[in-house]
Amino acid sequence: MMVSRQVLTRTSRIRASRARLQNRIAAAVIWGGAIFVAALFAWLMADILWHGWREISLAYFTQEPESAGRLGGISSILVSTGLILIVCLVSALPIGLGTAIFLAEYTGPEDTVSRKIRLSLNVLAGTPSIVFGLFGNAFFCKMLGMGFSILSGGLTLACMVLPYFIRIAEESIRSVPQSYRMGAVALGLSKSTQIMRLILPVAVPGILGAIILSVGRSLSETAALIFTSGYVDRMPESLYDSGRSLSVHIYDLSMNVAGGDQRAYSAALVLIVSLILINFITGLIGRAWSRRMISIS
Amino acid sequence: MDITRNSLHLPKDAPPVTIPCCIKTTNLSLFYGKKAAFRDISLNLDRNSVTVIMGPSGCGKSSFLSALNRLSDFIPCCEVEGSIHLDGESLLEGSIDRTVLHKRVGMIFQKPNPFPMSIRKNITFPLREHGITSKRELEARLVQVLVDVGLWDEVKDRLDTSALTLSGGQQQRLCIARALALEPEILLMDEPCSALDPISSGKVEELILKLQARYTLVVVTHNLSQARRIATHAALFWVKDDCGCLVECGPADQVFGSPREELTAAYVKGMKG
Repeated sequence: MMVSRQVLTRTSRIRASRARLQNRIAAAVIWGGAIFVAALFAWLMADILWHGWREISLAYFTQEPESAGRLGGISSILVSTGLILIVCLVSALPIGLGTAIFLAEYTGPEDTVSRKIRLSLNVLAGTPSIVFGLFGNAFFCKMLGMGFSILSGGLTLACMVLPYFIRIAEESIRSVPQSYRMGAVALGLSKSTQIMRLILPVAVPGILGAIILSVGRSLSETAALIFTSGYVDRMPESLYDSGRSLSVHIYDLSMNVAGGDQRAYSAALVLIVSLILINFITGLIGRAWSRRMISIS
Repeated sequence: MDITRNSLHLPKDAPPVTIPCCIKTTNLSLFYGKKAAFRDISLNLDRNSVTVIMGPSGCGKSSFLSALNRLSDFIPCCEVEGSIHLDGESLLEGSIDRTVLHKRVGMIFQKPNPFPMSIRKNITFPLREHGITSKRELEARLVQVLVDVGLWDEVKDRLDTSALTLSGGQQQRLCIARALALEPEILLMDEPCSALDPISSGKVEELILKLQARYTLVVVTHNLSQARRIATHAALFWVKDDCGCLVECGPADQVFGSPREELTAAYVKGMKG
């Protein structure tokens, strides 16, 4: 009896120490991965900050670029970027939200229609952006006669971000508890009331997430814009003017302009900081919205 | 007792017709795809009665309720056969005005489902959707239904806080108030107390007894002693051949006191189910 108990305790002790070792290894791997990702980001930020901050001044934001961007600022670039982004969002949001509502509320996940639409969205999401650029050039610039313009660029970007936007927005609409829908039906509320007054308000944080992702992809897109909105760095006078986006500016400075590296870093710094700011502010709005839903009216 | 109500089939501006109020199902069956949830249930629900539907899990009690106000239409692959008559009007034939149906036949779910908005809006928002816009009328109904469900004293100082801050029992009573605000004739309750603690559950029970004077109630419950306390009529469902069926129904005294069926006798004694 005594012997067997000792044997038992010894094997269980061995098992326990082995489990501890396994735990430690797993923790090390998981932490290592997380630290690696954080470090990569920190290194990238530090590199850009180190090379880019010297050129940043008020004048940098208010002056137009000179000598292909080696001198002057980026005011016209910022305006073009903003306009392209606005065109993109204004056209993508209604279509995207409409499709997401259709997929989530009017079709089941396994319906033929929604499966076909989802398949097309997956293919679109996997299409390289340069292909979108060529499509935009052929369709918006040439066929619809918009030429190299901010309008063409914004619309091309809209086509590009739609699949992502729709998938995330659909997901967030689907995740609204079914009990709200049944409760609304049982109270005799119409489908449109359910969607507008109950489901969309609850899904707002998720939809904001979809918008952030779209904005991020639009701001960082280069290939789709070179052939559509062009790279004229003058201040645009209308949506039919060609305009250079920030990312195209970075690309041009670092690839085509001798001695433009420093300025490319500065533009990259502006781009990254604005992305972080947009993320942060949208996050704040989303959290404030959820708080309002849960606590005060 | 006859009352005047808007018809389900007639256009909204047609004159109201006078009709006796009750729900009558004849050979009602409900299928999820090919599988029947219950078969051939014929049941009359009298006006101003509390009909308790009892039975083991999976005998189709909840499905039966959802058929009564055609919520079953919103469940994929769900088919209903047989007939349901509300005040002599068929619910399953022809096109019906769902808004009127759901206004007349309210439903309370097992899990309280207040909307993520203020307590006040939970009640006034459906009312507005049903065309009541006068501020005074909205306020009057708000106070009335909250008093009716015994929630007024508890929430009168925080009507504009979110309904999600209420406790489970309070949320369930708010949901009942929300349904009552639409002035239904019939209230279907799907295990309204099963997610609540004993004290909240007791409050909801009291409320059911109080509502009986003005409404027709159908309550599904697993709780036999609760059924005895609140029922004026009772129906026992059972599972036979993997499908729900009606064993016995009648006035509560008869079903609990001198049941016709052996199965019912065993069930109400607590020996089965």
